[in-house]
Amino acid sequence: MTVSRDDVIDFLYAEVRMLDEGRFSEWLDLWLEEGHYWMPLDYKQADPDLVTSLLYEDHFMRRLRVERLNGERTFSQKPKSRCSHVIQRPFIDEFDAQAGRFVTNTSMHYVETRLDEQFLLALVATHELRLVDGNLRIANKRVDLLNCDAAFGNIQLLP
Amino acid sequence: MGKYSDNPAAVSALVQQHQVHRDTYIDAEIYALEMKHLFANTWVFVGHDSQTPAKGDYITTQIGDQPVIMVRHTDNEIHVLLNRCPHKGTKIAIDRSGNTGKFFRCPYHAWSFKTNGCLLAIPLKKGYADTDFSESEASHGMLPVGAVQNHRGFVFARLAATGISFDDYFGESLSSLDNMVDRAPEGRLEVAGPPLRYMHKCNWKMLVDNQTDTCHPMVAHESSAGTAIKLFEDSDWPDDRPKPMAMEIIAPFMSPYEFFEEMGIRTWPNGHGHTGVHHSIHSDYSMAPDYLDSMTAAHGAEKAQEILGENRHNTVYFPNIMIKGPVQQLRNFIPLGPDRTLVESYVYRLVGAPDVLLQRTAMYNRLINAPTSMVGHDDLEMYERAQEGLHVDGLEWINIQRLHTEVEDYSAAQVENGTTERQMRNQMQAWAHFITVSMGGTTEEAAQ
Ligand SMILES: [Fe+2]
Repeated sequence: MTVSRDDVIDFLYAEVRMLDEGRFSEWLDLWLEEGHYWMPLDYKQADPDLVTSLLYEDHFMRRLRVERLNGERTFSQKPKSRCSHVIQRPFIDEFDAQAGRFVTNTSMHYVETRLDEQFLLALVATHELRLVDGNLRIANKRVDLLNCDAAFGNIQLLP
Repeated sequence: MGKYSDNPAAVSALVQQHQVHRDTYIDAEIYALEMKHLFANTWVFVGHDSQTPAKGDYITTQIGDQPVIMVRHTDNEIHVLLNRCPHKGTKIAIDRSGNTGKFFRCPYHAWSFKTNGCLLAIPLKKGYADTDFSESEASHGMLPVGAVQNHRGFVFARLAATGISFDDYFGESLSSLDNMVDRAPEGRLEVAGPPLRYMHKCNWKMLVDNQTDTCHPMVAHESSAGTAIKLFEDSDWPDDRPKPMAMEIIAPFMSPYEFFEEMGIRTWPNGHGHTGVHHSIHSDYSMAPDYLDSMTAAHGAEKAQEILGENRHNTVYFPNIMIKGPVQQLRNFIPLGPDRTLVESYVYRLVGAPDVLLQRTAMYNRLINAPTSMVGHDDLEMYERAQEGLHVDGLEWINIQRLHTEVEDYSAAQVENGTTERQMRNQMQAWAHFITVSMGGTTEEAAQ
């Protein structure tokens, strides 16, 4: 399969639709195992490891997060949260069809709600995608919140 | 004038040994009295001196509801000043950290102050020449707090000009802070990045209580810790591959009641105390071999073993911080209102230790204390439900009676079964003392 720019963009739209519809197990399958889902705590943070981040989740932690969301005794998800991503057309910053490697930069507005509470986050998602066996997969994803250094209440789903 | 102001007897009556009245958690007047008295009379954590390593470096924070600046003065000492221009009230600095050089300059009228607060200059000073300016309080410059103490890098302040000394206030409880610092081969810590900032719609004391609440992890955190164990068991993890670091951190939360009973709780006077006397959820962390070597080189084998053999879980320094020595973490429960608390969670580098320890510490912070944390979500859910539930009339007391058998004496250190609520009782006895001690009249007199 040859990947077009539209394929890359469609993939990103499909990913946020999965999250918005709560299809988290499908979302897990988009990932390559060794990838990390990173949400820095600091503006322009360079190091995911030796300072605190909001998230820096490997395969095990991503699975745990999704299992927990589906769990019976997940009290903070009774009732469940819902989310909505409104995304801008992604920039494709790197497009290497030969190597099957693509890097995108996507601005989004993320809304999460539960009971009477709702909040809005503005963010930029940076995806590194790989073509594996004809399918696009997430090799790494970085989410920079515009107000990453602000104090938040619970952010329970996946911006 | 309300129900509690100038009425220390009414305030004291809210605290019995085995139960406390809900007004201590939900009443606005009580909250105002906490800010005015409790947070003025106690020694409150301000910051770590590695946050202001160079002269002129400062951070802004607050002690109770009082905005303060912690700054390194030209003589290298740390000063803590109220963050208000003595002229018109403008906050002198509002960024969370920065460097002000040799002096602060108010951005409104350019009054300037040395970094110990003293008034340095006022533009067009002759306008005050024929006034009694030198008599006015504005002439003294920025107001310093009552007292400051830097204990091995950790800076505490007492707002009140007079009161209990630092040593009398903390006493033996400093052994937990000392152990945390002793774990650094070079004997000092350095702050590692900015803190997590997590907003809680609940009273600050809910968080303090939770630090020694050993009967909640296996219940409230089943969804994260229990699921983690299940996932790991189902994963056919090869024996020769190191366990995920996250498992080492999360799995012990599911330890059975017996584990927590046996780990023990120690309480100290003035509301301080810790869980994990004999062992803790941090006891079985894997050891970096080169770390043990550098600790032995620094302290000798026996002393190194002694330092690393101490695995205290949570140490509460009353009123509003918790530290974890084995994780090099400090959580600051900053009150913002009777039903609003900002939790700042800091981590520190053990200077001279290998990076893998800081890696685990940073991971601990984001797994347990982040607004995005699966563990934190369930804690916050419980606090917020309690904050709302406490408004039920006709059931107005919070029960802290577990393993309370007879009248307890909190004036000496004591070790008890790890599931006792004695530390919560200890905190609230200290609360009743430090909130009323400056209210005028003794509680005994007022009670008569
Ligand atoms: Fe908890």
